[in-house]
Amino acid sequence: MRRTTSNLTRVAAATALAAIAASPAFAQELKIGLSAEPSAMDPHFHNLTPNNMLTRQIFDTLAVQDENQQLTPGLAESWKPLDATTWEFKLRKDVKFSNGDPFTANDVIYSYCRAPRVEGSPSSFAVGVRAVQAMTAPDPYTLIIKTATTYPLIPLEASTIAILNAKLIGAGQVEYDRQDCKNAGTYPKTEDFNNGKFAIGTGPYKLAQYTKGDRIVFERNDTYWGPKQPWAKVTLRPITSAGPRVAALLAGDVDFIENVPIQDLARVEANKDYKVVRQLSNRIIYLHFNYLADSPPGVTDTGNGPKNPWRNAKVREAIAKAIDRDAIVARIMGGVAVPAGEALPTQMFGANKDMTPTKADPAAAKKLLAEAGYPNGFSIVIGTPNDRYINDAQIAQAIAQMLNRIGIKTSLEAMTASQFFTKRNKAEFGIWLAGWGADTGEMSNPLKALLATPNKDKGFGTTNPGGYSNPKVDAMLEEALATVDDTKRAALLAAASKLAMADYGFIPLHFEGTTWGMKKTLEYKARVDQYTMPSGIAPVK
Amino acid sequence: MIAFLIRRIGQSALVVIAMATLVFLGVYALGNPIDILIAPDADQFEKEQAIKRLGLDQPVLWQFWAFLKAAAQGDLGKSFVHGVPAVDLIFSRMPATMELAFVALAFSIFVGIPLGVIAGLKPKSLVGRTIMTGSIFGFSLPNFWLGLMLILIFAVWLKILPAGGRGETVEIFGVRWSMFTADGLAHMVLPALTLALYKASLVVRLAYAGTREAVLQDFVRFARAKGLSYRRIVGVHILKTIMIPVVTVIGLELGSMIAFAVVTETVFAWPGMGKLLIDSIYKLDRPVIVAYLMVVVFLFVIINLVVDVLYSLLDPRVRLADQGK
Amino acid sequence: MVALEAKDIAPTPRAEPAVGKAEPRWKRMAAEFGESKLAVGALVMVLLLCLVALLAPWITPQDPYDLSKLSIMDNMLEPGTQSLDGMTFWLGTDDQGRDMLSAIAYGLRMSLFVGITATVIALFVGTAAGVVAAYFGGRVDAIIMRLVDIQLSFPAILIALILLAVLGKGVDKVVIALVSVQWAYYARTIRGSALVERRREYIEAAQCLGLPKSRVIFGHLLPNAFPPLIVVATVQVAHAIALEATLSFLGVGVPITEPSLGLLIANGYSYMLSGKYWISVFPGLVLLFTILVINLVGDHLRDVMNPRLKR
Repeated sequence: MRRTTSNLTRVAAATALAAIAASPAFAQELKIGLSAEPSAMDPHFHNLTPNNMLTRQIFDTLAVQDENQQLTPGLAESWKPLDATTWEFKLRKDVKFSNGDPFTANDVIYSYCRAPRVEGSPSSFAVGVRAVQAMTAPDPYTLIIKTATTYPLIPLEASTIAILNAKLIGAGQVEYDRQDCKNAGTYPKTEDFNNGKFAIGTGPYKLAQYTKGDRIVFERNDTYWGPKQPWAKVTLRPITSAGPRVAALLAGDVDFIENVPIQDLARVEANKDYKVVRQLSNRIIYLHFNYLADSPPGVTDTGNGPKNPWRNAKVREAIAKAIDRDAIVARIMGGVAVPAGEALPTQMFGANKDMTPTKADPAAAKKLLAEAGYPNGFSIVIGTPNDRYINDAQIAQAIAQMLNRIGIKTSLEAMTASQFFTKRNKAEFGIWLAGWGADTGEMSNPLKALLATPNKDKGFGTTNPGGYSNPKVDAMLEEALATVDDTKRAALLAAASKLAMADYGFIPLHFEGTTWGMKKTLEYKARVDQYTMPSGIAPVK
Repeated sequence: MIAFLIRRIGQSALVVIAMATLVFLGVYALGNPIDILIAPDADQFEKEQAIKRLGLDQPVLWQFWAFLKAAAQGDLGKSFVHGVPAVDLIFSRMPATMELAFVALAFSIFVGIPLGVIAGLKPKSLVGRTIMTGSIFGFSLPNFWLGLMLILIFAVWLKILPAGGRGETVEIFGVRWSMFTADGLAHMVLPALTLALYKASLVVRLAYAGTREAVLQDFVRFARAKGLSYRRIVGVHILKTIMIPVVTVIGLELGSMIAFAVVTETVFAWPGMGKLLIDSIYKLDRPVIVAYLMVVVFLFVIINLVVDVLYSLLDPRVRLADQGK
Repeated sequence: MVALEAKDIAPTPRAEPAVGKAEPRWKRMAAEFGESKLAVGALVMVLLLCLVALLAPWITPQDPYDLSKLSIMDNMLEPGTQSLDGMTFWLGTDDQGRDMLSAIAYGLRMSLFVGITATVIALFVGTAAGVVAAYFGGRVDAIIMRLVDIQLSFPAILIALILLAVLGKGVDKVVIALVSVQWAYYARTIRGSALVERRREYIEAAQCLGLPKSRVIFGHLLPNAFPPLIVVATVQVAHAIALEATLSFLGVGVPITEPSLGLLIANGYSYMLSGKYWISVFPGLVLLFTILVINLVGDHLRDVMNPRLKR
């Protein structure tokens, strides 16, 4: 999978070059069908995939996550730690905003001031700025960032903060202050980005039209500092239902769609004018347990065993062994998924190279249940969303079928995402199915969220409402988070993950694959973070 | 008349307030929008901040009071999801829904009335019976299923019409309309047809009943005896008599078209108010749900009021009956 | 949960129940109804569909909602294919390996259950409201009828959608939403009939004789107001089924663990566009057929009972 991607990269780069040479390709318009609509064109308003992937076409970040979520230079040419708590970023000197204003360190400082202070933001970028204690610019192209403690994630978090045009918005020479930046003026409202007034960035495209619910139109930014884009105009239309999206592609209404539904892959690929690009994503689908409740919701008929069976590792192992991941991948995911052994695919930072998914072994699972004191099994209700992950409720139903076979009488409580997440976060399920996409593309992210003991001050266990707690995992994670050396940090994270998996702390099922359908004449630099970026789409030469 | 109007408006205001209360408290009880809006890796601190930014940390009754105070000044709050005023969001989607409803309404009238009149003139003939049975079929066909079938046939198999979305728009009087462009019309055919079929069946039945009554009435017999041409009798006299009930019902049905557009817009990914409502329900975007309801209730109240006033002008008995209570 | 009781199904389409002295009228209507072959055919089909729904657990080849009976390996099979253990799926299987024939029978059961239960409850609620309005008159009457007017001035789909958005998913909640949008029709019909009947001589006579008001209402008004109610109820069952299907399609109706026909269509929708038509088309046809035959019966009933009564 990885080799394909790097080949793709090369092909795409070559195509981009070829496109520049062959000028007719320039006048073209590209039409894209999106599966989800962004909620704003303000890059600081809502930290969410559809918003991030599109606003980053207009705005750049200091560091950029490439298609494999490896950090590469963006508006910053390079960065390095000066000491344990100081980072230095060297900025590009040749960059202009699309209105002609030059880009300087002041724009960065301003953007770090504004990112956590967006009025009415339902999910802000404050997390990416929180570690920054002080920020100064000795000259317009050098930036010094200070942290309170050793914090290796500064460059990674810099890849989440979009850089605005401070001068255009009306800021002076901004002085960074955690509480209240000086000279920042009035922070702009989200509306002023939606209407295009402040949607002026340094990215490859400019915003030409944004009509909510209908379309977003980009035009090429001819002053872009990077390679020239092949499309003069890009029109993005949200077509959230999968069937009509595929129909729009096959009818020629759009040239490119994201998230081809599994059942349509064969049909798109059978058409000689279209093709599908697949990529393994970093999104893990998993089962997690309610460890905290003495009698977890939905768990009944436990017989003589304890009322919370999950606290016994043997029961968790039995669940892991009851599930035939290969069957789920083949029959429900149409082959567009990979069985998972831990929270991140093997090639990602901090993953174990030798981790294999648990093999299905219903006989052993039955035995384990008996050993744990549940010879007659028990009854459970699995909570699952039915409109959030690819075929989520179907996966849960298949798991229910498999658990029924080892004597755990399983039924489902499937509901729409909004209700599911509310209930999940209040731990109102005994066991649930959910998914996690590691935004940072490295292991500390899922460990911190899913498996660390919940701790508000440390920001641990944010998505661990069931309260899984393993002090050894916590300790290793904390050590890793204070280690600047990449190799050492990766090893620590891998070891922590292995420990949690040996304990069956949660049950990884599979990594979702992402699919993009397009005309044969197009090529896409497929990404592990499931983003659809117009700048990655190029004509095949 | 004035008293009638005042009472009507007062009652309508009560309806609006009752609906707003129900929806506000109901959606609040349903779940916390932050749980789906926030980035999954946000920590507890960021979550609390976001809840504070959206004002969800206040007790629900206090939130409701704040909402009422703002609403009294015409401010229905900002969308949780989009961060812009909910009313602006709805108004920006309104032209799409309105043009769809108008085109569908026009379609149902221009198809429904002729068919109904034909069936009414020849109730026992094969044509007449087919039309009337066909109208039952039109009633029975669930809206969404019809839409799916039309997509399957015209977009997937025949590939002659787009499967969904709204076409090119042109700006007229500061509003973007798609019904004045070829691409826009091509996109509108299937959704408008889907939305129109049910109403067309209704119009067929009204026109049928009206025609049958009219045929028996004295003036038609008289006109016939006078030797007026068949065409003139149908074209002028009968159409005139059936127009009153048809027009009244259509005035009311425009409201239900706007409501039913929720289904059609979902099937055809039509970026109107209905789609916005469904999306907002999924995302628990309470300000938008409440604002949609207020706007639509207001719209209905206006339509109903206009129809009632017109009707009471046409027929004094209606007004008397209402005042007699 | 889905247990259908005979009493829920039986009374709706049939017009036989004896209503005291109105006997000859019923007979005449039955005879008149029998004149239309289409209507009689439709009535037979309605009864047949009810029978299938009622007997679903005993006549279907598979219990489609017992997860232990399904095998994921059998999913998306075409109509007529055989499973590994030799069972033939005449209408194919869905994405869970569920026999579509069984799923449709159970879906029909759910659709009819929801539609009929909601209609019966709404009939009682609406009749009660109408009777109360007619009985007390004056202010009570004004308030109730104003409520009815307001309710009827808003499209059913909108009210149901908002209610379900507030209440959440569930069979019981769908029934509540359907009852809330239906009761007003009955209340208006009952009161309308009551006003008409009140002026008739026999009521006046009864009042002159000094019979108590309640006796007049239950002994005379109600039985005579019943025919139009039956017509409204028949049409409303079809409406309720269509509305439930629409709500389920929009994702706010019944839960996916107990799908109705509407939800089956929604589930199969995405597969339909990819050529796996059977998951969505067969339930869709059954839904259409069900609504159509009920409407045909209702339409003819209306003609027979009261040619003047218009929608």
